[in-house]
Amino acid sequence: MIDIDLTFKDLPAWAAYVTALFVFLGSSLALIGSIGLLRLKSFYERVHAPTLGATLGTGFILVASMLCFSVLRGRLSVHEILIAVFLTTTTPVAMMLLVRAALYRDRVENNREVPESNKYKGVVSGQQNRPD
Amino acid sequence: MRFLPLPPARPLDLPFLVLDWSLFIAQLFLGLAMACAAYRLIFGPRAQDRVLGLDTFYVNAMLLLLTYGIRIASAVYFEVALIIGMLGFVGTVALSKFIMRGEVIE
Repeated sequence: MIDIDLTFKDLPAWAAYVTALFVFLGSSLALIGSIGLLRLKSFYERVHAPTLGATLGTGFILVASMLCFSVLRGRLSVHEILIAVFLTTTTPVAMMLLVRAALYRDRVENNREVPESNKYKGVVSGQQNRPD
Repeated sequence: MRFLPLPPARPLDLPFLVLDWSLFIAQLFLGLAMACAAYRLIFGPRAQDRVLGLDTFYVNAMLLLLTYGIRIASAVYFEVALIIGMLGFVGTVALSKFIMRGEVIE
């Protein structure tokens, strides 16, 4: 379905301002996340940065799109929720898989940059500190 | 492609200008973000950095298409963005599997 005669010039003033604000905020967050991806030092720090754009940046731009099209068409148009649901479920899964793969590779290669695993240290020291 | 008569011309008012410039700046920012991700994709020191750059690259491309869809008020670009999101997730998962095991399908 192509809306031939819609243009965003027909938006009322408040909707135009709110859409402009949300689009600007979302793209700024995406840019900040990507600059973090560019500037941070190690891989395990770099993983954190782009998720800023993948969650909050996408959320702002999708809310702006929902608002703009709902006001333009005069009815509720919320199909952008599809992208929001899909992205919030898939981004953590993909990042978990990627970091697990990178951690596996670094442990196999005995890389010094790997964060230490505290899983067994905590158990052992807990047993040593036990009062009885 | 416009079959209906154009709406009567409206003088350029402030909300329209603000929205137009905001969309332009957003497209500029997202283009810069894609450039940062492309740097990681090309010059990333190791394979996992390149996969992370690819992930960021497709998310930013999706946002750029959504912004363009708002700009020309068309719902077609929403579907393009949805497809980019789905295929990008599949690509990241397949590349992570490749980094982990050296094979995608075993």
